[in-house]
Amino acid sequence: MSQVARSKGRAGFITGFLIAPLALYLTFVIWPYVQTFGYSFTNWSGQSPTFDFVGTDNYATLLKDEVFRGALWHNLLLLVFVPVVTILLALFFAFMVNAGGRSGAGGVRGVGGSRVYKVVYFFPQVLSLAILSVLFGAIYRSDEGGLLNGFLTRIGLIDAQHPVEWLNEPDFVLWALLFVVVWHGVGFYLVLFSAAMQSVPKDIYEAALLDGAGRAQTFFKVTLPLLWDSVQTAAVYLGIAAMDMFVLVSTMTSGQFGGGPDHHSEVMSTVLMRNFLYFGKSGYACAMGVVMLALTMILSIVTLRATRRERIEF
Amino acid sequence: MGSTGEGLGRRDLIKRSAALGLITVPTMSFLSACASGGEENSTKGPAKAPVTKENPFGVGKGGKLDVVVFKGGFGDDYAKAWEAAFDKKWGTTSSHLGTQEITAKLQPRFNGGNPPDVVDDSGAQQIKLDVLAKGDQLADLTAVLDAPSLDDPSKKVRDTLVEGAYEQGLQGGKFVVLKYVYAVFGFWYSGKLFKDKGWTPPKTWDEFLAVCTQAKEAGIGGLAHQGKFPYYINVVIMDLIAKKGGLEAMKAIDNLEPNAFEGNPAALAAVEAVYEVVEKGLLMPGTNGLTHTESQTAWNQYKAAFIPSGSWLENEQLKQTPEDFDMKFLPMPLLADSKLPFEAIRAGVDEPFIVPEKAANKAAGLEFLRSMLSREWSTIFAQQANSLTVVKDGVDPSVKLRPGTQSAVDALKAAGGNTFSYRYPDWYSEMDSEIQNASNELMAQRIQPKEWIKRAQAAVDKAAKDPNAKNNKRV
Repeated sequence: MSQVARSKGRAGFITGFLIAPLALYLTFVIWPYVQTFGYSFTNWSGQSPTFDFVGTDNYATLLKDEVFRGALWHNLLLLVFVPVVTILLALFFAFMVNAGGRSGAGGVRGVGGSRVYKVVYFFPQVLSLAILSVLFGAIYRSDEGGLLNGFLTRIGLIDAQHPVEWLNEPDFVLWALLFVVVWHGVGFYLVLFSAAMQSVPKDIYEAALLDGAGRAQTFFKVTLPLLWDSVQTAAVYLGIAAMDMFVLVSTMTSGQFGGGPDHHSEVMSTVLMRNFLYFGKSGYACAMGVVMLALTMILSIVTLRATRRERIEF
Repeated sequence: MGSTGEGLGRRDLIKRSAALGLITVPTMSFLSACASGGEENSTKGPAKAPVTKENPFGVGKGGKLDVVVFKGGFGDDYAKAWEAAFDKKWGTTSSHLGTQEITAKLQPRFNGGNPPDVVDDSGAQQIKLDVLAKGDQLADLTAVLDAPSLDDPSKKVRDTLVEGAYEQGLQGGKFVVLKYVYAVFGFWYSGKLFKDKGWTPPKTWDEFLAVCTQAKEAGIGGLAHQGKFPYYINVVIMDLIAKKGGLEAMKAIDNLEPNAFEGNPAALAAVEAVYEVVEKGLLMPGTNGLTHTESQTAWNQYKAAFIPSGSWLENEQLKQTPEDFDMKFLPMPLLADSKLPFEAIRAGVDEPFIVPEKAANKAAGLEFLRSMLSREWSTIFAQQANSLTVVKDGVDPSVKLRPGTQSAVDALKAAGGNTFSYRYPDWYSEMDSEIQNASNELMAQRIQPKEWIKRAQAAVDKAAKDPNAKNNKRV
């Protein structure tokens, strides 16, 4: 069989398998997108099949909507901090449990007890976001019954009459939520990076060791470049988590679908849901959805482009 | 194996499609939430029976009845008992859904044109009534009011309802919502705690502050409120406004007048009074960040003297309330020179029942509401849910009420005709939500009373642009 004929046959074979999933994808993903785009030009209330066409009014209102703009700003802040903090911590811990230890015989291994650490670090990942919000709700609770407040009162750092209302502090609430996301994510990325590190041949490390490289040098000159693909994937995933944040914000903060106090923890998805389900402005909410889609697309493309590097093969 | 460099390698293809798939993750759920069911469904209801005096809506025997109720503080046993009674009488087969997720369960059905026949649209995830009314999704219930009462066919149903039941069911001038539970709003305290400490229930705001101060000296918080849900502290602010400024002040807010808050001395005095509690440190520590269950439970543990709430409080807290707590209701204490007497209370109807306009068995839905307004069904509700209904004297005297509910009933009797109630939360969701945000800031001492007034007025002015504002007038 000629080369061409064989590849043609293979293409047909692959296409045959792809048709069914493609049809499903078109029906359940692409079609709702198209519909949403259409609804974003209407004044649909969300609770009735009737509505009028209003042109680009929704988008014009959106530009002037201060709550939405504030939410966008919060999403951008999270977009910077969630991936950076999570990846840095995960890389550090992964390096320590895999290659951070030193042994007299010159082997490469993690710090003592690294197996235990790996398991412990992974714990948060098995918790669902709903459990997480209950858990941290109890930690951040605003009276003495809260873990943080209880602890800080006992050691005398805060006055029992004036406990800190962690999730009700405009300047703090977003960071409190950021902490939860990072806490939840680090374990997973630690395991991801560990797996990647373990596929790095030991002899590379040994060579670096023989050349007298310290921990920091080994990490920056050997580990990080070899892990770049995994880091890139992690950045995209975490960026997406930062663009969403819906579950945590809506369950942990005050306001209909969260966002409180006074819009200080608002993210785009909470503003969207409030307009969609609570204010009966579903057409307007759909316009927000379209904007979110456009932003996430740009984000993904930028991340993949900006982090592109020469591949290292080993 | 590396990539071949020619066109798209297998790895690259997979990587790119994975990336494309990933970006859809966060947006997908929100975007697809926006997709509606589209075309209207044309399910036919059962054959209609001829309209008679006993069967004013022409319910066909042996049809289906689809009931969805909010399963919250009142549970849903009462609804099951009702459905059984209804099935027995009309030969229907009813399907029952008790849920807290009203919006999630019903939104697709409203959009698809196949809603249930009766809905108790309540709870935190209720579908907002103003939204439903604007979408023409609510059946006109005037026919139920004009039908003969089941208890006494010589009377119309409308004449068996308590004061306010009709007015509070209006949306855009049409009676489309039957709010079934009769509730009073005010402060609550523990009879036991007050007896032990020798405090007297205050009648004026100054006395109220004095009790709060005594409580603080005894190591107890003065006022607790459900900080995460500023709805409750808004009850205090708004009731003080209504009692000081009289019904005119209340109606000015509901009618979105340009001086509803700004330039209204009663409003400023009320907000300043509430702010005084904050300034003097008389709030229960941390109460601003607590949920309703957390703060109410703390109050049940004698950590605060007062808490604002409606008369569902006792039922909601049944499990957390100590046996000898002796829950008591207190009308909102008076500010100086108030126009309404101390006994005046906000008495509202709540727990909105609706019949969707496009219900498959609308006749049965209407008949179901008529049956709810009978003495028999009202007593079932009082027994199962420990609460009053909008049916006048609708509870059989043999039913024994719990102390909190009993004290609320007594307060209601003392109030006589001096009851009032706000409409704006039902009419203007967005305005309500903005005022709640302002109150949260006020309680956290991040804004001053003057700023609160400004923000509340801005919310009113914004709501005045609502096209429905001209229909939602009260006189």
